[in-house]
Amino acid sequence: MICQVCGKSEATVEFTEIIDDEVKQLHLCDGCAKEKGIEMEQNFSISDLLAGISGLEEKPSGEELSVKCPKCGMTFENFRKIGRLGCGECYSAFRKNLLPLLKRIHGSTRHIGKSPKEIDETDGKKKISEAQELRQKLQRAIDMEEFEEAARLRDMIRSLEKKAKDKP
Amino acid sequence: MTLGELWDQTGEWLKGAGPDPDIVMSSRVRLARNLAKYPFPHWAPAEQLEGVISDFEGAYKKADYFKGALFLRIDALDSIEKQMLIERHLISREHIANPEHKAVLISEREIISIMVNEEDHLRIQVLQSGLNLHDTWKLADKIDEELEQNLEFAVSSDLGYLTCCPTNVGTGLRASCMAHLPALVMTKQAGRIIQAISKLGMTARGLFGEGTEAYGNFFQISNQVTLGHSEEEIVDNLERIMKQIIEQENAARNSVFANQRLLLEDRISRSLAELKSAKLISSEEALNLLSVIRLGADLGVIKGLDRRMLNDLFIQIQPAHLQKKEGKRLSAEERDVVRAEFISKKFNI
Repeated sequence: MICQVCGKSEATVEFTEIIDDEVKQLHLCDGCAKEKGIEMEQNFSISDLLAGISGLEEKPSGEELSVKCPKCGMTFENFRKIGRLGCGECYSAFRKNLLPLLKRIHGSTRHIGKSPKEIDETDGKKKISEAQELRQKLQRAIDMEEFEEAARLRDMIRSLEKKAKDKP
Repeated sequence: MTLGELWDQTGEWLKGAGPDPDIVMSSRVRLARNLAKYPFPHWAPAEQLEGVISDFEGAYKKADYFKGALFLRIDALDSIEKQMLIERHLISREHIANPEHKAVLISEREIISIMVNEEDHLRIQVLQSGLNLHDTWKLADKIDEELEQNLEFAVSSDLGYLTCCPTNVGTGLRASCMAHLPALVMTKQAGRIIQAISKLGMTARGLFGEGTEAYGNFFQISNQVTLGHSEEEIVDNLERIMKQIIEQENAARNSVFANQRLLLEDRISRSLAELKSAKLISSEEALNLLSVIRLGADLGVIKGLDRRMLNDLFIQIQPAHLQKKEGKRLSAEERDVVRAEFISKKFNI
């Protein structure tokens, strides 16, 4: 496809422009894309803000920047540029540098609140205690007189127990 | 539900029900969740993004909450339809910027919508009418639990739910209220209140969320911090703040009504006259005039106006909704004509 602005070069960038309520899609060549300031716009606010608060005081060393997430391949330097992590594992891979950042954003580095099922404190892996948790919830539902919910939970526990029995 | 049925109905959150629906138009809870086995959307190759979509499809079909729900791939929608979903607060602007490998699930009465492959794999939204944060959160919690039975979410024992942007990690919860604060704006107190809110870890934005103006005196107030506080605490904090804002707005309304009654009544009836007789009207102008009408109806200055009709108008006069009604694309000028006609019909009964 040829660039829709200059009509000469090959279009390499797909650009979606939202002005007020009109969504316009343009195919642009590198040169015209640059003129439209597209490169600068990428995740501008978040990445700049994060880079700003995470890096101004202590610049991470070259070694720290090159730390790579073993699962998705994102480096800490990538993260600093785009302000977004690559996968859940990145939180472990960049932990040392992320914790101060989280502290600054949230004022805390520890989650309080719900977790999916139970998480083992030592290795972060799930303990399979779904039925146990459901029973707790059932009790809570009964306490709260949420009988419809309680019936639903009871059925879930039954089907779970049945599944467990059926397994060799 | 079909797409046609979706366009024809009025979303539950516009019904003007629930506590304090005059000032708090809607309550919303959003949970960010990611599937442990895939990289986050911006970092994942196409086939893995498709994997997220098919895993999600498998999981939601087993959940109780989505009977009759509508599952849409964003790249299968035309540009007017995409924009209509934004106008209905069912998806974000970001979600249509690159429509490939993205989807949305919308429950029958538009209470629940789940964006797939937005910034996070799943963005679960529950939207209800009035100041209803606790119930809204409870529903989001239950949906989350149901989905979780068939999907493994990315979590860590100390950081909670892991999200693409570190600003959402922990609970992944953003609770927000859409508040109509015309009297606080009139008495020039809105700025002061927004400042106070931000000191309490909350933020205020315009009608359509991030980066939008507070047209029509609507403010979206939400929590910023997601780590280190439980979901109940976050929801409770916002609820308390909203109650204070409601009190302040009511005090401002009473004071304006008591001290500048004639001025206020003049403004309300002029706004109504303008809406009845305008031949050209932009969205911004219409929202601002409708805001005054809404206040007039709340104060009993204008009688016999249905709040649900008024709330629905805020959506129906948006550009994509107008174009859908006309069945064709319209330029901004053409829309202003159609909008004026549409509004005038609603008020000249």
